Amino acid sequence: MTQLKKRMVQLEVLRYDPEKDTEPRFQKYEVECNEEWVVLDALNAVKESLDPTLAYRWSCHMAVCGSCGMMVNGEPKLSCHAFLRDYEGVIRVEPLANFPIERDLVTVADDFIDKLKRVKPYLIPKEKKTIAEGEYKQTPAQLMKYRQFSMCINCMLCYAACPEYALQPKFIGPAAIALAHRYNLDSRDGGRDERQEVIATDVGVWECSFVGACSEVCPKAVDPAGALQQVKVASTLDWFKERLLPGGSK
Amino acid sequence: MSRKPYVRPVSKTGWWLKHPRYMRYMSREVTCVFIGAFALLLVCTLERLAKGPEAYASFIAAIQGPMSVMGMLLVLIFALHNATSWFNVTPKALPVQIGEEFLAGKYIIGAHYAVWAIASLVVLFFAGVI
Repeated sequence: MTQLKKRMVQLEVLRYDPEKDTEPRFQKYEVECNEEWVVLDALNAVKESLDPTLAYRWSCHMAVCGSCGMMVNGEPKLSCHAFLRDYEGVIRVEPLANFPIERDLVTVADDFIDKLKRVKPYLIPKEKKTIAEGEYKQTPAQLMKYRQFSMCINCMLCYAACPEYALQPKFIGPAAIALAHRYNLDSRDGGRDERQEVIATDVGVWECSFVGACSEVCPKAVDPAGALQQVKVASTLDWFKERLLPGGSK
Repeated sequence: MSRKPYVRPVSKTGWWLKHPRYMRYMSREVTCVFIGAFALLLVCTLERLAKGPEAYASFIAAIQGPMSVMGMLLVLIFALHNATSWFNVTPKALPVQIGEEFLAGKYIIGAHYAVWAIASLVVLFFAGVI
């Protein structure tokens, strides 16, 4: 059997203990890792062999659950998807930027969860059907219209990359608006008006100045920046329709 | 156990220096200053034109010095950067779906360049250059 190549990896991890620390501090670790490992494996090795107090979130280890988002050398990454072979020297690991730190690498996600609820990211059927009336049907073309935006795993990397969110925390933000757009584009959905009240506002899409960082860091190629620009175009068309078409004004 | 979340400070002025992608964004945004300045120059030109042929001719002569030409070249560079950076992101804002597929972004971007070229030719034609 082939022997896996090993190397010593140096990590510089931001630590914060709310019961002892007034502010976060970096702590260095050196741990033996397999060359094929990811940053999350290195953290697990630290926790198992060097420091059981290190706190961080993770679950699936396969870029699906969206729990292990961290800043790796200043870049928002899923730590289960950040391969050690891509990094040289000391690897700096910090909690996701733009979120308060709960402890060590664990952030407070309450703000994102609240925003997610506000955009109603679920199907609001255009017409209610009983089970006896059958399923809501959709063609493959109708599915393709929103499919890309349905790939979001709520990992919050886009929020960590977004300077608008950093400067204006009221901003609903990339993932929540992209998910609202996903349901707005769904042929079975009739909830667009309700979502527009949240996303077509000055804390919604009009806070976005199209930096595009959200799409660059998205690990699932959702392209939230694209979703936000499409919402802007659709909202602008709404504005003109309301004023120019007969019976269009509210 | 009590909770005491730590909020990291955010620099209101220096954030864009932290990553090349933020600098790229700022380079696009700063173009508006130069394009705005050129728009003001056009308004001044119109104002001189309204005052008669002599006022217009003296104004045009005044802005043909080497410094003015350098300034206008700078504006042209920034205008090109503004136009190309926006054209290149249009497929995100205006996706075109044909059946189950999306039209490749290069066609949407290409269409913008084509319209730009045609509009430029029309302007050059009416200006008597071609």
